[in-house]
Amino acid sequence: MSANPSLRQSGLALWQRIEHGLDAFFGASGNPLRHLGALGFYFLWIALATGVYLFIVLDTGVEDIHTSIQYYTHEQWWLGGILRSLHRYAADGLVLVMLLHIVREFLYGRYHGFRWFSWVTGVPVLWLVYASGIGGYWLVWDQLGQFSAIASAEWFDWLPVFREPAARNFLTPGALGDRFFSLLVFLHIGIPLLLLLALWVHIQRVAHSDVFPSRVLALGMFVTLLALSLVKPTVSHGKADLSMVPVLLDIDWYYLFAHPLMYLTSPGALWGMAAAFTLLLLALPLLPHPKQPPIAVVHPPNCNGCRRCFVDCPYDAIDMLPHPDKPGHQLARVIPELCASCGICAGACPSSTPFRSVETLVTGIDMPQQPVGALREEMERRIAALDGPVKIAVFGCACAADAARLEDRSTAVLDLMCTGLLPPSFVEYALRGGADGVLVTGCREGSCAYRLGTRWTEERLTGRREPYLRPTVPAERLRIAWADGHELSQLKAELAHFHQTLLSLAADEKRPRAYTPRRIQHG
Amino acid sequence: MVNKSPTNPVAIAGQALFYGLFAVIIGYFSTSPKYRHLDDNTSLIKLSFSYHGEPVGECRERTPEELAKLAPNMRTPRVCPRERSPITVKFDLDGKTLYEGMVRPAGLSKDGASTLYRRFEVPAGEHLVSVKMNDNVRVQGFNLVKEEKMTLKPAQILVVDVRKDRGGIFFE
Repeated sequence: MSANPSLRQSGLALWQRIEHGLDAFFGASGNPLRHLGALGFYFLWIALATGVYLFIVLDTGVEDIHTSIQYYTHEQWWLGGILRSLHRYAADGLVLVMLLHIVREFLYGRYHGFRWFSWVTGVPVLWLVYASGIGGYWLVWDQLGQFSAIASAEWFDWLPVFREPAARNFLTPGALGDRFFSLLVFLHIGIPLLLLLALWVHIQRVAHSDVFPSRVLALGMFVTLLALSLVKPTVSHGKADLSMVPVLLDIDWYYLFAHPLMYLTSPGALWGMAAAFTLLLLALPLLPHPKQPPIAVVHPPNCNGCRRCFVDCPYDAIDMLPHPDKPGHQLARVIPELCASCGICAGACPSSTPFRSVETLVTGIDMPQQPVGALREEMERRIAALDGPVKIAVFGCACAADAARLEDRSTAVLDLMCTGLLPPSFVEYALRGGADGVLVTGCREGSCAYRLGTRWTEERLTGRREPYLRPTVPAERLRIAWADGHELSQLKAELAHFHQTLLSLAADEKRPRAYTPRRIQHG
Repeated sequence: MVNKSPTNPVAIAGQALFYGLFAVIIGYFSTSPKYRHLDDNTSLIKLSFSYHGEPVGECRERTPEELAKLAPNMRTPRVCPRERSPITVKFDLDGKTLYEGMVRPAGLSKDGASTLYRRFEVPAGEHLVSVKMNDNVRVQGFNLVKEEKMTLKPAQILVVDVRKDRGGIFFE
């Protein structure tokens, strides 16, 4: 167990460097590595859409299936041939991004706690993708299809499930009938539909799920697959002949790698490897992991049923019930097994505003380990202790670059569990309470441990999402700087630059009027 | 930091490089490297059957008393044991035994077919193929035998099967 976290951390650091490298060209919203799940869906849709045409022109007779595919590959290359290639390459792309998606989620440690459901339901998806794809190779009924069909049958024959060996179906040239390919077409349509159902289950506990890449990324990927289809069109091997062994094969390693592996070892060994890998994936959430922090708590007297927490929760962990004391109002309820303990709900709550005059600030939905009231008190105390010509309040994120290391006599750092916990009104409160500037930092988009903390915070602070930061807050005095764990130096540079900018502003220039808290003691 | 504007040539070049690399990775591993499934000058023999052995005991005629005790619709005069004989197999190639064993009938009552599927990679060329089977426990030795000189071409598949309607063991 001790090797696992350090190995994972090293892998994550390498992964993030590659991700950040691509951010430079694509931006976070268009970075393929940050949207692998969405790309997987996209490739599946391409495969399904192109598959409709291929199904229409396919002749499922045992003697005709290969000929019909040859016809649209060569004679009708400008439509059928291109669609066939797109079908094939999209399916290959699906495997590639799916495997990368598994690696990425593992490196980010997103496989335990409240995430167990998404992780575990992803395992059948893996099997279904392979079942969908391998069946497609059989349908071509060329030498590669023959090889794959026999290898698969010999693999399944190792299990004591068939009354007679499945491989006998491919024993002699006359063994196959037309119905075999009709059945195969049915399976090649049915299993991908089952895959869609499995994917729907897979994202059930993820709100605002990322199931379609940005328009630019989608276009870029489509053009790439189209160009590949034109440069290297998918072609068949020679027609299947069950009296001869296909000797030399241009194998699709994305889907068919298991066949050579089986002939290199044995069917039993391959079953052992497949079972071990599957069980390992399923067992990962059960291994010892750090205990999840306390979950969000609703305070009914301060909840007005506005639904902002319900809308912003990244994991659908909040639902709205009729308020027991206020007829016609709703009350938020936290679903414990879904709550990620991120605090994004507290940042969304309008009752989290620090301008409320109560002595003890209690918001509508709050995190016991970092209540908004305590955050207000700490902020007031830390800003009051600042010294120097420019006083800066920094709101950091526990999952991102270590903002605490920016702390000095003129910089107060308030580390949040997630930047999404920050109610935008805290920025105004800090500026009116003595700070000359506020720097908000956290994970880059796509790196947020809770998926949407970065996005929601940016949208709230730029007036695109409720609760808004009021437009009277001068933009010059707010700096947003996203920085992942290893980007502390960039964050330091950003702070230094912000410091210089604030120095250049006159003391009263673009400064909101000061605010002195007026507290009401509740008894 | 690269300006990520859609018209920035550095960003466009970086994206083009990525998409090109993606296409190369997808395109290459979708057909390469080639896989050699069978060595040159090698053939494949598949020894496979799905075959019901003979009943383990003799059939006999029911006595009139036995028939009278049965319901009218069940009065078949001849009764046979349900269990089938296992199939004993010996498969030799050029005098060398490649497979020898007993294949038991399927089913809880052992009344199903005995099934076997084995593949043997052998050098191409002329071979003496000899297959001997026993499908009846009441018979000593092998009661089904086929021996033949066969010339196998490279990559050719020779199927060794047994079926009653094909007269016993056959090569295809």
